[in-house]
Amino acid sequence: MCTYLTEKFRIDGAAKGASGWFTVTDGMVYVDHPYHATQEHTVNIDLANPSEGPSARVAIELTEEGALALVEAIHKALAAAPPGLASAARRSASASASASA
Amino acid sequence: MTHAMWAGTVAVTGHEGAELEAYAARPLDSGPHGGVVVIHHMPGYDEATKEIVRKFAAHGYAAVCPNLYSREGAGVSPDDQAAAARAKGGVPDEQLVGDVAGAAAYLKGLEHANGKVGVIGYCSGGRQTFLAACSLQIDAAVDCYGAFVVTPPPAEFSLKAAPLISLAGKLSCPLLGLFGADDTHPSPEEVGVLSAELDKLGKEHKFQIFPDAGHGFFATDRSSYRPAAAVEGWKKVFGFFGRHLTA
Repeated sequence: MCTYLTEKFRIDGAAKGASGWFTVTDGMVYVDHPYHATQEHTVNIDLANPSEGPSARVAIELTEEGALALVEAIHKALAAAPPGLASAARRSASASASASA
Repeated sequence: MTHAMWAGTVAVTGHEGAELEAYAARPLDSGPHGGVVVIHHMPGYDEATKEIVRKFAAHGYAAVCPNLYSREGAGVSPDDQAAAARAKGGVPDEQLVGDVAGAAAYLKGLEHANGKVGVIGYCSGGRQTFLAACSLQIDAAVDCYGAFVVTPPPAEFSLKAAPLISLAGKLSCPLLGLFGADDTHPSPEEVGVLSAELDKLGKEHKFQIFPDAGHGFFATDRSSYRPAAAVEGWKKVFGFFGRHLTA
């Protein structure tokens, strides 16, 4: 079946696509038919920057197990790092600190 | 029929004069040929859909598949175009009708055209085939497992697709519907509701629900492919278009 269901979220970071690195602003997750993977359905993740056009996109098509393993690995990696180390708030805080110095 | 064909990328004029990329194929003999507009599925204007276009040419039809996501940018790969279109909730219905009208006009303008045009679509294209057949003067339509014709998408789906059953009275041509018994979008129950509505309205239609098949049973490049249903389904498609699109 086609689920059509698309979870969208704002994101802040960078990704490497077909034409090199770009800033990512938008994420989408949907469980649907893949474009390239050979499974009937996959968890499809897009990291994109629509302001730079449709080609500014990194696409991932994972099995359910693969997607959950990715989620778990992200949680483990974050848990092992000092809290807030990779937070967007930390970057804003250091930027305002250097501005006031 | 010599079985020789031409196939390649062409431009067609779609909704509100937009120039659309399209993939066309046609026999090289002198015809006359019926025309078939192929509506691609939600993953987009892909290799498998282009192969379907060539299949129609091999069977004596001039066929064209407009890239419904052309507006996402020229030179952008079809998968990126599809992702961008999905993020916007898919193709608006009004735009789809204009794009299919443009593709049908392209076919009617070809040398050796017999003036008849059918439409076929898969998955979301199945729903769009029904929409086109209720909105335009078409000679025959084939809906392959189109969802959300009878029931709306669940509220959490960010898809701009309203049910179309209220348009059934405007169906302009005979309709062939090919569905899988194991499909949930559309379910066999939904197919039954549509069939009953068309019966009530006196609209010519023939629906077939294939056992041991789910959504996407025609898709040879996917694990949903079911050879028994697909082989029988193609026979029905060519029989149906043969009756309604030949001069």
